[in-house]
This record gives sequence, structure tokens and C-alpha cells, in this order.
Amino acid sequence: MSGIFSDFTLRTVAMGAAFLGITSGALGSFAVLRRQSLLGDSISHASLPGIVLAFILIGTKSSLVLLIGAAIAGWIATLFILSIIRNTRISSDGAQGVVLSVFFGLGLMLLTFVQSKPNASQAGLDKYLFGQAAALLPEDVRTAAIIGVITIICMIFFWKEFKLMSFDPVYGESLGFSARLTDIMITALIVISIVTGLQTVGVILMSSMLIAPAASARQWTNKLGAMVTLSAIFGAISGVLGATLSSLISNLPTGPTIILCLTSIFIISLLFAPDRGLISKLVKRYRNRFLFSLQKLLLDLYYLEEKHKGTSHAHDMKTISLIRNRQGNIHIALKTLQSRGWAEQTTAGLWKLTAEGHTEAIKIQNGGRNDS
Amino acid sequence: MSDLKWAIEAEDITIAYNDKPVVWDVDLRVPEGVMMAIIGPNGAGKSTLLKGLLGLIPLTAGQVTVFGDTYKNQRNKVAYVPQRTAVDWDFPTTVLDVVLMGTYGKLGWIKRPGKNEFFKATEALDKVGMREFADRQISQLSGGQQQRVFLARALTQEAEIYLMDEPFQGVDAATERAIIALLKELKNAGKTVVAVHHDLQTVSDYFDWVTLLNVRRIASGTIKEAFTPEILKKAYGGRLSFLEDRNGCPDTLEE
Amino acid sequence: MIAEIIIVAILTSSACAIPGVFLVLRKTSLMSDAISHAVLPGIVIGFLLTHSLSSPLLFVGAVATGLLTVFLSESLIRTNLVKEDAAIGLVFPALFSIGVILVSRYTGDVHLDTDAVLLGELVFTPLDRISFMGLDLGPRTAWVMGLIFILNIGMLLFFFKELKLTTFDKGMAAAMGISPVLIQYILMISVSITTVGAFDAVGSILVVALMIAPAATAYLLTDNLKIMVLLSILIGALSSVAGFAFSWIIDASAAGAMAAALGLLFLLAFLFAPKRGIVSIKKRRQQQKIDFAVTMLTVHLLNHSEAKEAEVENREQHLIEHINWEERFAKTVLNKAVQNGMVNSEKGILYLTQMGKKTAQKAMMR
Repeated sequence: MSGIFSDFTLRTVAMGAAFLGITSGALGSFAVLRRQSLLGDSISHASLPGIVLAFILIGTKSSLVLLIGAAIAGWIATLFILSIIRNTRISSDGAQGVVLSVFFGLGLMLLTFVQSKPNASQAGLDKYLFGQAAALLPEDVRTAAIIGVITIICMIFFWKEFKLMSFDPVYGESLGFSARLTDIMITALIVISIVTGLQTVGVILMSSMLIAPAASARQWTNKLGAMVTLSAIFGAISGVLGATLSSLISNLPTGPTIILCLTSIFIISLLFAPDRGLISKLVKRYRNRFLFSLQKLLLDLYYLEEKHKGTSHAHDMKTISLIRNRQGNIHIALKTLQSRGWAEQTTAGLWKLTAEGHTEAIKIQNGGRNDS
Repeated sequence: MSDLKWAIEAEDITIAYNDKPVVWDVDLRVPEGVMMAIIGPNGAGKSTLLKGLLGLIPLTAGQVTVFGDTYKNQRNKVAYVPQRTAVDWDFPTTVLDVVLMGTYGKLGWIKRPGKNEFFKATEALDKVGMREFADRQISQLSGGQQQRVFLARALTQEAEIYLMDEPFQGVDAATERAIIALLKELKNAGKTVVAVHHDLQTVSDYFDWVTLLNVRRIASGTIKEAFTPEILKKAYGGRLSFLEDRNGCPDTLEE
Repeated sequence: MIAEIIIVAILTSSACAIPGVFLVLRKTSLMSDAISHAVLPGIVIGFLLTHSLSSPLLFVGAVATGLLTVFLSESLIRTNLVKEDAAIGLVFPALFSIGVILVSRYTGDVHLDTDAVLLGELVFTPLDRISFMGLDLGPRTAWVMGLIFILNIGMLLFFFKELKLTTFDKGMAAAMGISPVLIQYILMISVSITTVGAFDAVGSILVVALMIAPAATAYLLTDNLKIMVLLSILIGALSSVAGFAFSWIIDASAAGAMAAALGLLFLLAFLFAPKRGIVSIKKRRQQQKIDFAVTMLTVHLLNHSEAKEAEVENREQHLIEHINWEERFAKTVLNKAVQNGMVNSEKGILYLTQMGKKTAQKAMMR
């Protein structure tokens, strides 16, 4: 394999995956916020019979034709799910479970049926199961780019409506916007973006391309615009990284590799995001607990002094820790008080409040007690 | 009564979910410039009626006119304040952004809010005392603050009629006072306010008109006409003990 | 051999149908989707360690990853950082991806490939046989699924009351000292074990069809839990046989055809179920719409029965203008009301009969 050829393939693959990541990441934000995450899963599984049927009926392997078949199947599945929810007592998860698995089963049946035919022209249909980025052609990338641009233009144009109807659809209707229309638009865009990703990621894991970048981005920001942008960036990064890795390493299916990149980003976001992240929350909780214990210690010292009729009286650490069964390191707490100038250590190693510490304790006693 | 101008006229409204009537053949007339409470026991169809008036759920029968025309044509004159609990407050957006949504109706599709809209939104935030929270993420608000944000959002609509669903549900006393002061201000400016209300103790302090609903309309009129013990008994059924027990929880009125 | 395949298919679908009923009723159907994806890495790791698809270690590994999915999803939900649906949608694709990568990188040309993961190998199950002291006892999968079927039946018999109570009234169950969490995990263990057992025959994704579709179909046909369980087993068995036969004829994946057959049965129930099918719902709604309108007419007349109002409100013409009925519909309703003896019409003004009054009063009493 010559270096130029592999470079060219890699570039194609990386660009295709980048467009895909941007589109699905951006739209995924709306899917996640509207709690349609698993609808994406159903749509992507359900698109399989559409791909195979398009192949059987039209007899071409042109990706555009197959993807149109996939989109139609995905759309029909969505309508089925909605109709089951609306007309029966089966809840949305049950409806999705039935439609997803039955459509997927039907797709597999058709796929194996096609594969059992003697002519080999069907080879390559099964790349739609787990995705095969290395097989992306420049025209596939072009399709992905066009769809991505259209999607993003739609989002920019209807930004206000999408935001309003995702946040408070009932109020939006009272303003004269049609929830039905925005639902159809957003779902259609989701179907389209899922379908674009099928070649690269495959039907089984495509829904993650919507969910994971959006769920990660949500942790870093509280603004919708930033979330959508960040989600698109996360999608693009994982897409490029996963597709490149799987092109370079043999026997590494693209879809799962991209999903693991996304999962890593999600775990990092979950842990390290400022403000919302788990570690930041943990730190905050400990800091609060420490501040609280500092205040308590200050008050303890204050009460000890009060007991001794206000005379400035120093105490050793043991006495101080005896007033309450205090846990944790009292030494650190005392040192912190000292560094703030609220307590001081006598030459004998005993501790007492400074004048400032005294006023601070009174302040806490008067004001800060309410919420304890 | 004949000299009253009607802000809302609803005739023979029936609303049914799958043939289960929630609101039965209700006539409702709201005069312009009043503050009307819609009260009734739980499950009386109060919120449903409000949504029916707004065209948010289909009417099984009946029709609604707003200032003598269909609701569709008069939409810009009506502002709706939904129940606070109806939305996901963890949605990634700011207070100002939510309030700006009130201007979307007049903007129509695609057009973005501009300077003028920002000005209106800030002004509304000022009115509800939430200006300094403009950039706050909405998940960090208390119940009362959430309600103020929703009210501010409705204010930016600059409507003639304000339809509110349980505006005092779960808000603190200060917010309740602030909201009622604002509503009175609206009324003094000639606007019409209709609110689904739960707390019977405060009805006569806050409102001047009242509609009692229990699936069908029990009574509607000024406080003096319609807020009488006999009518209340009819609406709530059973023994109604609130007149004796002023501290009672209004939700446990029914026996 | 075909008989053996059919026995395996029936046992597999019957075993799947049992936990499926409770998944559907508890509105946690997608947990089976998640678990069925997520058991893959457990199976693969077990396979890599033992180089056999029949080792009990596979079961241990798969049940562990299945429960891990449940645990991880619930932990994620508890952080309040992601919503429930997103949490599930984050966990299982990650685990499934690990499984797929392990399969394609390390198992290579062995028995386990991605096709087997997706489709199972129902047709080949009779090749893997159990023998005891030289005596052929039949296909291994038949024994495994038979055992799991019995286990699931056992769970039903032992915990029927608990399952029923935690499904329909969690609070009540907890008050009676039945831990909903414990029952939830017992159910999830059953789902995991069944999924792994069915893996050989139908692969890892179509298990979802075998679990959810029979239960959802049965849910449209009956209101009785016990009958629902029996019906689900029956539906599962029926469609697995039909699906297999069809796949044999057209030479396609048996598992896929079984899922398709289940889908067909579900569709039939969705359309034509006696009480809950679309057709009968539509018919009933039409009928109810008229009945309801008649009642509404009586209520309207009663509400406006005071003399002064009556002349305006209770005219035939008014119904069309104000109640907002179409003329034809109003006529139908009016005729029906007169026919039923609820309303009298005199000179275009409508009056309630005694019976009509009663109907109206009853309707307003709810």
C-alpha cells in the first residue's frame, strides 16, 4: 500500500467521520433534552430493513439509495411507535422495544435472505451493521457534508422555535407555534442524521452518536448554544479519532471504536466538568463541611472562654476536642483558624481566640445559626 | 351587567379525554378588567378548562371568543402562565432567555429577538424583581423565583388577558405578595386576569370575580354573588370546614 | 433434526416470554434491550478464558455484565446529571462496543463471530450435543433453555405475588415488607440468564423481540396477569415455529424470521384485538362519540332548563351554532336522543323527558 493512497483514504475517512460527528452531535443535544434518546436507538435499529429492501427493490448499492430506504424505514418505525403509544396501553418503552427488535429482526432476515442468493453483488451490505469507515467513498463524504450543512442551516433558522418547543411546548403552542410541526422537523432531522451515520457507525450503535456527545456537553455548560456547539465538537473529535484508529488497525470495527471514544469523553465530563462534575461536587461538599467545622470550632473556643467568665483563657488541644466528640484533624482546623488570625497559640502550646476571632464567633452565633 | 364588556366568552364548553368528560357544558364569561379566580376541588377540570380556552386541547363541544373574535385571531392579546412544574428546570438556558420566549409569539417563525425584545424582557424582569438573576441558569432558582420568571415571560407578551395556572402553587410568601401586587397593577391598567386558584382563604382578598367549577360550572360572578358558603358547599360537596378552621390546609377541604 | 431445532426454538421463546411479561408491565422493556447488548462482553470474556461456548463461566460473566448495566444506569440516573433514557443509552452501547471489539480482534476465526452475535445459530444447535455415558441426550441448547424455562417458571411460582404487587403497587409492596429493589434484581437476573441462554439460538439483539413482543401482544388481548403469561408463552412458541418454517423455505436467518413472525402477530393484535385493537377502538369511539353527544345534549338542556333561557339555548339551530357541531352530526345526535326517548322537540324547541333528565343528572354525578 503506498503512502499517498493510505493518506487519501484516511483523509476521506476522517472528513466523513467529522461531518457525521458534527451533525449527530448538534442534533443529539435536542434528542437528549427532549428525552428522545432511546427513540434514536429505535430509529437506527429499524432502518436496517429499509436498507436491504432498497437494495432488493432497486438493485443498486449506491449509498444514497440505500440511505433513503433507511430513512423511510426509520420514519415508518417512528410512526408505528407513536401510534402504539397513542392507541394502546403499551407504554413508550414497550412500543419501542417491539418496533426496534421486530424491524431489526426483519432486516436481518432480509439480509441473510439476500446473502443466501448465489450472485455476490450483495457483498458489503453487512457493513451497515457495525459500520466500516474505511469503505467510505469521496461521494459518501460529499453526501454527509451536504446533509450536515442542511441540518445545521435548519437548526440556525429554527433555533428559536426548537429551543422554545423543547423547553416548554405547551406554552409555545399558546404563542401560536405548532408543536406538531416542530416535532416532525426535529424528528426528521434526527432520522436524517442517524441515516448519514449508518455507513460509518452502523445501525446498532448509531444512537450513541446522538446521546453521548450531548450528554457530555451538557456537563460543561448551562447554555443551549454552547451545549450544541460543544456536542458537535465532541462528536467530530470522536468520529475522526475512532474512524482513523479503525482504519489503521485491522479487525477494529469503526462503530464500536467511535463509541468507546465517545464514552471516554463522557466519563471525563462526568468526573471533571467544572460545577456539575462529580469531583467538583465532591470538592464543594468537603469544602462546605470543612468551613462548617471551622465555624463550630470557633464557637467551641468561644463557649470555653465564656465558661471562664470572659477572661482570655488558653486551652490545650485535648480539652478542646473533648467538648464535642470531634472527628477529623483538629490540628489542621486550629492552624487554619490561626492563619485567618482568629486564634493564636500561646508559648505553652495552648490555644485561645484572638480579639478578631471573638467578634467573628459572636457574628456566627447571631447570624449564622439560623441555617444550621 | 349588560354594560360589561366581555374579554372572554366561552359557550357550552365540553372537554373529554377519551369520552371521559373532564369539563361538562360550561358557560363562562369573563368581563374585561377583572381579576377572576377559578376554584374547585381537585380533579374539577380547572386547568383543563384553562387549556381549553387557550385552544391547547381540543374542545369536544362549544366555542370560545376573545374580545368578540376567535382565539386564533386574538392570540396576541392573551398570555398564558403554565404550571411551574410543567417544564424541565434543568434545561440549559438562562433566566433572560426564558423571559425572552414571551416575545416569540409576536415575532412569528424564524425571526430572531432583537434589541427591542431584550429591552422588554429586561423590563419584565425588573417588574418581578429578578433583574440581577438575568444570567442565572434556571436550575438554580427557587420555586418562587421560577414562578416570577414565568410571570415575567407572560408580561413581555404585553397582552390584554392573562391566564394563569396555579400561580401560587409552592411559592414563598414574599413571592405570593409580589405576584399579587403585580396582578393588581395589571388590573388597574385595565388588563384582565384569570387564575386557577387553590387557596380558598385568599380568594376574596386577591380576586374580585370568581368561578366555581366542579366538572360543570357551579357559579360565576363577583365575589359577593358567587363566593357564598351555600355555593361553596355545592361545589366542594360534603362538609366544608374552612370557615371555622382558618388555618386549615386548603387541599384537605373535601371530606 | 428439524424436530430438535423446533424444540429448541419453542423452549427458547417460552423461556424469554416469562420475564418479558413483567418487563412490559413495569415499563422497563428497554432494560432487556440494554441487558441483551451488554451481556456480550461477559460472554466474550468467558469464551476467551475457556474457549468454549458451553462453559458455565459464560453465564457468570454475562449475568455479571447484565447486572452491571442495571447498576451503572441506575447510578448514572442518581447523579442527576443525565436523564433516565440517556443513562441507559450511554451504558449499553459502551459495553456492547467492548464486546464487539473483543470478538473481532481476539476470537477471529473461531466459532464466535459478529454474525453469531447478531443472529445466533439456531440451525446449528443440534450439532452441539450432550451425551451421558455414551448415551446421546440431545442438543445442549435444548437442555440449557429447558432448564432456564424451568427456572423462570420457578421464579413465577415462588414470587408471583411479589412480582405482581411490586409491578402494580410499589408503595403497597414496600409497606408489606416486600422489597421492590430485591424483586427488581431477581427479575433482572432472570432477564440476564435467559438472554445468555438464548444467545446461542437467536443472538444477542433478537432476544429483545422474543421477550417484549409476545408480552406486548398478550397485553392487548387480556387483562388477567396469569392468562397474559400463558398467552405470551403461546404467542412466542407459535411465532418461533412459524418463523423457523418460513426461514427454512426462503433460506434466511431463523432468528430474524422469528422476530418478523412476532411482529406480524403483534400487528394483527394491534389492528384487530377484540377490545384494544385499532379497528375496534375506532368503531367504539365513533359509537361513543354519538352516545356521548346525546348525553351532552341532555346535560346542556338540563343546565338551561330555566324558562327564560330555554327559548334561546335549546333551539335546534343553537346546537349547530353554539355547541359547534356540524349540522349532520347534530341531526344524528338529535334523532338518536329522540329515538331513545330522552328529548322531545316542540316547534324547534327541545325539552328533556323524565328519562333524559335522569341521564343528565347521572352523567354530572360522574
